[in-house]
Amino acid sequence: MTPVQLVFILVAATTLGAALMVVITRNLIHAALWLVLSLFGIAVMYVLLSAPFLAVAQVVIYIGAIAILMIFAIMLTRRSTSEEGPALNANWGWGALLGVVTLGGLVWVLSSWPGFFAAPAPFPEGTDPLLTLGQALVSPNGYVLPFELASVLLLAALIGAIVVAWDRR
Amino acid sequence: MIPLSWFLIFSAALFSIGLFGVLSRKNAVAILMGIELMLNSININLVAFWRYQTPAQIAGQVFAVIVFAVAAAEVAVGLAIFISVYRRRRTVSADEIDLLKW
Amino acid sequence: MATETIIWLIPLPPLLAFFLIVLFTNRSKALSHTIAILAAALSWLGSMVVFFRALQVENLGANPITHAIRWLPVGEGWFEIGVQIDPLSAVTLFFVGWTVLMIFVYSVGYHNFGQPAGDHDRKGLPPHGATVTDAHGHAHKVPSVEPMYSRFFAFIGLFAFGMFTLVVSDNLLTLFAGWEIMGLCSYLLIGFWYAKPSARDAAVKAFLTTRVGDVFMLLGIAYLYSQTGTLNYRQIFFNEEVLLGLAQTPTGFLGLSAAGLIGLLLFIGIVGKSAQFPLHIWLPDAMEGPTPVSAMIHAATMVSAGVYLGIRMFPLVTAGWEHGDPLNTTMVIMTVIGAFTALFAAVIAVAQNDIKRVLAYSTISQLGYMVAALGIGAYTAAVFHLVTHAFFKALLFLGSGSVIHGMEHGVLHTGEHIDPQDMYNMGGLRKKMPVTFWTFLIGGFALSGFPLVTAGFWSKDEILAEAFGTGQIVVFLVLAVSALLTAFYTMRQITLTFLGEPRTQAAEHAHETPWTMTVPLVVLSVFAVGAGWVGIPEHFPVIGGLLPPWFQEFVGHTLPHPPEHLDFNIVPLLTSLVVALGGLFLGWTIYKDTHAGAEDPLKRTLGSLHTAMQNRFYVDELYRAVFYRPAGWIADVFTVRWLDLGLIDGILHAAAQISTTIGSALRNYFDRPVINGGADLLAESIKRLGVVFRPIQTGRVQQYMILALVSIATFSALFYYLLVFAR
Repeated sequence: MTPVQLVFILVAATTLGAALMVVITRNLIHAALWLVLSLFGIAVMYVLLSAPFLAVAQVVIYIGAIAILMIFAIMLTRRSTSEEGPALNANWGWGALLGVVTLGGLVWVLSSWPGFFAAPAPFPEGTDPLLTLGQALVSPNGYVLPFELASVLLLAALIGAIVVAWDRR
Repeated sequence: MIPLSWFLIFSAALFSIGLFGVLSRKNAVAILMGIELMLNSININLVAFWRYQTPAQIAGQVFAVIVFAVAAAEVAVGLAIFISVYRRRRTVSADEIDLLKW
Repeated sequence: MATETIIWLIPLPPLLAFFLIVLFTNRSKALSHTIAILAAALSWLGSMVVFFRALQVENLGANPITHAIRWLPVGEGWFEIGVQIDPLSAVTLFFVGWTVLMIFVYSVGYHNFGQPAGDHDRKGLPPHGATVTDAHGHAHKVPSVEPMYSRFFAFIGLFAFGMFTLVVSDNLLTLFAGWEIMGLCSYLLIGFWYAKPSARDAAVKAFLTTRVGDVFMLLGIAYLYSQTGTLNYRQIFFNEEVLLGLAQTPTGFLGLSAAGLIGLLLFIGIVGKSAQFPLHIWLPDAMEGPTPVSAMIHAATMVSAGVYLGIRMFPLVTAGWEHGDPLNTTMVIMTVIGAFTALFAAVIAVAQNDIKRVLAYSTISQLGYMVAALGIGAYTAAVFHLVTHAFFKALLFLGSGSVIHGMEHGVLHTGEHIDPQDMYNMGGLRKKMPVTFWTFLIGGFALSGFPLVTAGFWSKDEILAEAFGTGQIVVFLVLAVSALLTAFYTMRQITLTFLGEPRTQAAEHAHETPWTMTVPLVVLSVFAVGAGWVGIPEHFPVIGGLLPPWFQEFVGHTLPHPPEHLDFNIVPLLTSLVVALGGLFLGWTIYKDTHAGAEDPLKRTLGSLHTAMQNRFYVDELYRAVFYRPAGWIADVFTVRWLDLGLIDGILHAAAQISTTIGSALRNYFDRPVINGGADLLAESIKRLGVVFRPIQTGRVQQYMILALVSIATFSALFYYLLVFAR
């Protein structure tokens, strides 16, 4: 077992465990904090996948904005400061079953694909992935259009959120 | 070196856990958390495939960036909705938001 | 204009008058009677022209003026109808034309044209007088005009059409048509004053009684048609082969041949129409109608139509019979009925006090003479008496109408409540109504057979001579006695009405009727005097040979073999002189000193027989018991109550009941439970099924997602299995 593999296993276990806690914990704040932990784990994964920009972006966006936003929302929608009721609804059995089936199905389908056990392909020489990414995002020959559209989407979401949550009183 | 299969299995497991959370949690925000987990697993999947299959083309990462943006937008709007619902009905429990029932 | 065309046109003017009056001129009395009299005059003119032309035809009997048209296709050929003028119809046309015209003119005066409308007159009742105030302020009652004036002329116009049709026709079918039209008009005119119950009943009685005869007549016509295939006179009554064939066909009925049976059936029709016993009951009651009706229909024309038919069918009845042979069955029946009726009616007439009733029974009696004459084979005698009788009987009836009018004037003047028709209320009218008196006297003498100067003498004498000459002594005696009675009651009538002194105030104040009534009387009296002189037998003492017996020659040729003349015999002549003069004398003697309030002297002499005579030998009562009441019972009880209400209504009610029961059973036991229930069941189960499935929609998103994902997983697995694994 190489050290990288060991690191991977540790990080994967942490992330999955934290994810499990997210969906099981009764206390929502706890769930949010567990979510933060799992998002961290995923950021480490990005590093392992030679995508450092994404790791940083993950931390900044997900943990710094989204998770915080969620915590805000939890606090704003609290019915009472005391503990809420059970975390899971009546049909959690079905959910669990579906989850298991999904996992099993996915793994099984993927395992019949020959590339499943492949090794990483080599990087092309002399290119910096980050530079390439930056250039690709703003180059007309690249992905500037999806990029701009994504920003329009964010604008719409921004306005939309304000409008939806507007307090009419 | 880590085989691709490890990453894929990991992302599948994360996805399943997220799915379980979406289907089984009562609180709406908790459902949103489950959705976030699913989105993240998808991102991992995308990047894994980029790294292992076509690292020369940056499209994989670009896709993942766009997914980030979409996820953010979605959370924002979703929480705005939850807050609006909370104002009306004093609850964010998915079980109690059932106006469209028979 | 060709004679055939004129013949066709003769019946039409009165028919046209009928339609015009009914449709257009009903309101105007003057216009209506003008149209009617004009029509009668046109028909009269046509009749005269045709008659005189017919006289010029050589041997009219063998060559009648005929014209026929094809009317009805039957089998291979055609049924033709048309007109025929042979000697018989020529002389009939003559007297019909004259009498109809005279009566039409008379009706104007009879119905008081020009008089004011009555005080209380209404349609359907005879007029009862109007009150007029003269210049001095005296109010007195005068006769009022008939309210239904125009209607009367319309009806007699229709009647004239029927009679003319009957006379000019050349076949039994159109004869029957005219016969029936006259029957209808008789009904309408007898019941003219329809608000009087007695008039209504009399009309129905007349119609039904003649109907009885008509049924048999129709049977006879049908049987004749079936035997010969034709109804044309030429082809039957002038055709030796046909007649002989019919005479030799046995029928198995009373031993009669076909000819005899047909003759008998047709004769029953004559019995009804010409009021012979036993179907005579309608004619006296028919006096309910206005007097012109009695004159025209029941004296001159309609009842004569019966005898006319008898004369027409004479060849059929006498087929196979020769002069001098014993009479065959049908002839015997005719003779018996005719002679009996003559005597029977004459006896009853002796005891009647109503002036018109006497004349009614007199008519029946004289028709019996004609029928008896036919029965014994005296062809020309019957025709002769038919013609002369029409004239003097019409005259007598019109005269009686004039008398009644005068009496009514007197009744209105004095206000007495007496019957103006009762002869015992009259008397001395010869001074008050001279024209009426002299014409009535002429008519009465003609009826009695006053020698030489009256037509009746010649015709009646001929019948008696035939009876005696052919050896029918019984018939001779019966007819002679009837002649005696005829003269007796006639003179009785004249004495009571005109001679002596007035027996009531009303008779005192009677006066003569206007010219429209007296002129026809005078015209008819001319014929009553002179009509007999065309038939004076050759061997008559003194005057025989002065005028040829034109009538017998002319009419005799209607038959294929003209009858032979009898040798002259003094016995019948003497007998008729004795009975005529004797009867007249007796009648005058017994009644000449009748004063007011007197009783009929015969009552004392004859006692209960007289009562029976006065009550017409109770024949009507007998018929009432034997025919009317059972018929009424059958109609009322059997048919209406039992059959109609009980059986038929019962069946209907039962059917309705069954239908209703079936209907409600279907409704309650099938429709409601099965069909309604089935539909309800279906709907209810669908509803319940819906209710069962409804809770799936909980409104919770997570449950929907679970459902969706489970379905996807299942289907994916299935497809993966089918597409990948099953290869």
